[in-house]
Amino acid sequence: MNTHSSSQPEGLRGLAADWAGDRQTFHVPWGKAMMWIFLLSDTFIFGSFLTGYMTVRMSTTAAWPNPSEVFSLTINGTQLPLLLIAIMTFVLITSSGTMAMAVMYGYRRDRARCTALMIATAILGATFVSMQAFEWTKLIHEGVRPWANPMGAAQFGSCFFMITGFHGLHVSAGVIYLLTIASRVKRGVYEHVGNYDIVEIAGLYWHFVDLVWVFIFALFYLW
Amino acid sequence: METTATHQEHPVGLYLKIWLLLFVLSTFSYLVDVFHFEGYLRWTLILVLMALKAGFIVAIFMHLAWERLALICAILTPPLALMVLVWLMWIEADHTFFTRLLNFH
Repeated sequence: MNTHSSSQPEGLRGLAADWAGDRQTFHVPWGKAMMWIFLLSDTFIFGSFLTGYMTVRMSTTAAWPNPSEVFSLTINGTQLPLLLIAIMTFVLITSSGTMAMAVMYGYRRDRARCTALMIATAILGATFVSMQAFEWTKLIHEGVRPWANPMGAAQFGSCFFMITGFHGLHVSAGVIYLLTIASRVKRGVYEHVGNYDIVEIAGLYWHFVDLVWVFIFALFYLW
Repeated sequence: METTATHQEHPVGLYLKIWLLLFVLSTFSYLVDVFHFEGYLRWTLILVLMALKAGFIVAIFMHLAWERLALICAILTPPLALMVLVWLMWIEADHTFFTRLLNFH
C-alpha cells in the first residue's frame, strides 16, 4: 500500500528529491558552497595534524629541537634564523594577493589580466614548493628522519614531514588547479558559461592554502 | 563597489591594503623570533598575530565578511569542535608526560 501522494518519486530518485526539498539554504553558486564544505573538511584534517603535533610535543621528555636554529640559513658566515621560512611566508602571501586580484579582474571580464594574475599565482606557488623541497633536502642531509633526528625529540621529524608534506601537497595540487582554470579563462570558456564564479572558487582553495600556512608558521616554526 | 550574495567584487585598493597589512603582520611574527621573545609574551604575540592574519585572509580575501550569516555560521562554528579536541589532548599529553617522568627517568 502506498500512502504517499503519487507525485512523490520512490527509491534513489525519491531520496534525492526528499533531501533537495526545493529549499535553498546557501544563496551562493553550488560550486562555492561545495568548495567551502570541502575546505571545512580540510580544516579538520590540518586541525587534527596540529593537535597531534601539540600532543607529542607536550608529552615528550626529550628536548624539542629549536626550530629557530634548525631552520636557519647561513649566508656569508652569519646565521639568519628562520630566513627561508620567512621568505616562503612572504611568497605565499603575495600569491594570495595576486589571486584576490585575479578574481576581481575575472568578474570585470578582463580575461587577459585575470589569466596573467592566475599564472603569476601559480608561479609563486611553484616557487614556494621548490623552497620547501630545498628545505626538506637540507634537513634530510642533516639526518632528520620521521623516526629520529640528531637535534632532540624524535617526534620532531614525524611532525615536520607530515604537516609540511601535506601542506606542500595542497600547494602542488593548487598550482595544477590554478593553471587548469587559467587556461580555461584564456580560452574564453567562462565567457560562454556567462560567469566567472569558478575563478572565485579556485581562489577560495588558494587562500585556504595560505591560511593553513599561517597556522603552521605560527605553531610549528615559531612556537 | 558592487556586492551581491553571489557576486563578489571589491576595489583593487582594498586587496592591496590587506596584502600590505599581511606583510606587516608577518614581519612582526618573524621579529618575535629575531628578538628572542620568550615565555608568555612570545606565545601571546604568536597567537595574536596568527589570529589577525587568519582573520583578514578569511574575511577579505575569501570574502566571508560579505557572505550571508547562514554560510558564515556553517563555516565558522564546526571548527570549534577542534577546540574540544585540543582541550582533551592537552589533558592527555600532560598525563603521558608525567607518566613518562615517573617511570622512564
